[in-house]
Amino acid sequence: MTGKKVGAAAAIAVSALILSSCAASDELTLDVPDVPMVQELGAFEGELNIVNWAGFVEPAWTDQFTADTGCTVNSRAAGTSDEMVQLMRTGQYDIISASGDAALRLIVGGDVQPLNVDLVPNFGDDIAEGMKGQIYDTVNGTPYGVPIGRGANLLQYNEDVTGSTPESWDVVWELDSPYAGQITAYDAPIYIADAAVYLMYHNPELGIENPYALDETQLAAAVELLKQQNTIIGEYWGDAVAQITSFVGGNTVVGTSWEVLRKFADTPSIKTTLPKEGSTGWFDAWLLSTTSPNVNCAYAWMDYTSLPLVNGAIAMNFGMAPANIAFCATSPEAQAHCDEYAAEDEEFFDRIWAWTTPLEQCIDGRTDVKCTSFQDWTNAWLTVKG
Amino acid sequence: MSPQIEKKAPSAEHSKPISTFLFHREKFRLIALLALPMTWLVGVYIVSLFLLLVTAFWVVNPFTSRVTPGFTLDNFVSVLTVPAYLSTSLRTLGMALAVTAISVLLAVPLGIYMAKLASPMMRNLLAVAITLPLWAGYLVKILAMRLVFTENGFINWALGPLGVQSPGFTIWTTIFTLTYLWFPYMALPVFTAIRQISNNLFDASADLGGKSFTTIFRVVLPLIVPAIIAGSVFTFSLSLGDYLAARFTGGATQMIGSIIAANINLNPPVAAAFSMVPIAFVVMYLMVARRTGSLERM
Repeated sequence: MTGKKVGAAAAIAVSALILSSCAASDELTLDVPDVPMVQELGAFEGELNIVNWAGFVEPAWTDQFTADTGCTVNSRAAGTSDEMVQLMRTGQYDIISASGDAALRLIVGGDVQPLNVDLVPNFGDDIAEGMKGQIYDTVNGTPYGVPIGRGANLLQYNEDVTGSTPESWDVVWELDSPYAGQITAYDAPIYIADAAVYLMYHNPELGIENPYALDETQLAAAVELLKQQNTIIGEYWGDAVAQITSFVGGNTVVGTSWEVLRKFADTPSIKTTLPKEGSTGWFDAWLLSTTSPNVNCAYAWMDYTSLPLVNGAIAMNFGMAPANIAFCATSPEAQAHCDEYAAEDEEFFDRIWAWTTPLEQCIDGRTDVKCTSFQDWTNAWLTVKG
Repeated sequence: MSPQIEKKAPSAEHSKPISTFLFHREKFRLIALLALPMTWLVGVYIVSLFLLLVTAFWVVNPFTSRVTPGFTLDNFVSVLTVPAYLSTSLRTLGMALAVTAISVLLAVPLGIYMAKLASPMMRNLLAVAITLPLWAGYLVKILAMRLVFTENGFINWALGPLGVQSPGFTIWTTIFTLTYLWFPYMALPVFTAIRQISNNLFDASADLGGKSFTTIFRVVLPLIVPAIIAGSVFTFSLSLGDYLAARFTGGATQMIGSIIAANINLNPPVAAAFSMVPIAFVVMYLMVARRTGSLERM
């Protein structure tokens, strides 16, 4: 097992692209390797290999795709963004359903290629406004991703214990929280951004403009807050089932969650809310590998899954807001789903900071300081838990 | 028919050509004996470990978080200097020692009872009871412990009326779970060792005026030290490497394994450097065990 992983790591390292870093002058220009874009499509290759979140690739919609195109779909579900990036870099996969924190890493690493949206006709006006041209999948004006869906990291609480809806995230951050010892937090470095969102609201003197663009002082402040939280935390969750059982079992009263997990908890007293500080969220998109040998199948897949009904089926199956909001009008059931997940509510999603890979180059446009990279976040995260 | 039988007779004399061949060639014999295990040990076991350890010297590109071959000692330096890493290492060491100590504390009285006092029927029942959990999946057992300690779980349900409150998911719950997981590896060798102690020794101790505890501490314990060391190698090293028990029953408890598991995708070189820590602990442990002379008697 370990040997295999190391072998893979070695292979990645050997095949690593050598990046030429040319100095950026424009404030929001990122240095990305020059990868050519597909200009026209040809015959289907007969195969498509996908790395995806569980529930994104199901026979219910892949069977039709295979019947239409002759492309057999092989899916590999991964548990975390970091695992996805690692899998994608093995070169064995054509397409990835990447959240923004994985996407930007892959783009600047040259692992994925820019997309020719003319070849994805369904990628059109019906894509939710808040999912178009976002920093995590559109770099220097070039799109790299076809949006799939999005969801917010909400504050989940057990109303039987809290009595009312918490208005602020302070119940999970402050030492005087009445629920100390019964708090849960997401177990990944990207959770540092949640601390940054809280600090943006309560400590404006830190000058955080974007929770994914933290200079060293700002990161240190966020880590300090996370360390404070560590003393009152009951459990960190990486595994969705563990989080659900923790809430249902009564060990956890408040903490980060997704709307779909609240649904699975299936307990009337367990509810979610978006506190006044706003929150983070995940915006997922299909990204196409630079070395993919199955480009035509991949483009067909991205187009097919952007159809309102297919995109909606994925969103309903996973429990998220669909990217193609034309789906909402297709049936009362679809509308109910869209309403539950705020699919058409841009005001709601305006308060959500989409997961984005932190880079050394500040993505909030600052050029006078160096921001902390994802590697710094990774190292910082491990010190939080002591 | 008969010519065939005649033909067979001379060949029967040389019917073991391989044995005959090997009998005269000592080196070849040795190679044939060790070829398979050595291929496994060196080819699969050592080489993969070595490949892992080599990664510890590699670097991660901060821009793309890609791993690139190189040479840096930073990963080892951070393992030794980052306070959070150090405290995690020491915590894990303490937990592994605690698991081992608790296992010994439980295994010795149980072993004495099983080997010397219990009826054959009872002895068999207990032996089955100890080994039975080994048949259940490792993850299943951890999740079972999670359910036992959860707020609406078994402890609060069964003992709540008596005023006992489940500790929830803490470092102690993790130690308890690890003890539960690895206890059979301590109990079985200790039981076997005690069984091999002659009853005469107990009689002799009593004749010389030794009370029960004196007998246990001055007769039984010295004789079963090798068994305890053998068992502790399992309880200690398995606890050192575990992370799922901490993840599911430890709440916010972080162990060495947790850091390795978190880094295997995020920063493989640090994960590789960190995997040296339990190896170092186990080597130190074995060296101490060797000094006591117990390894020779194992």
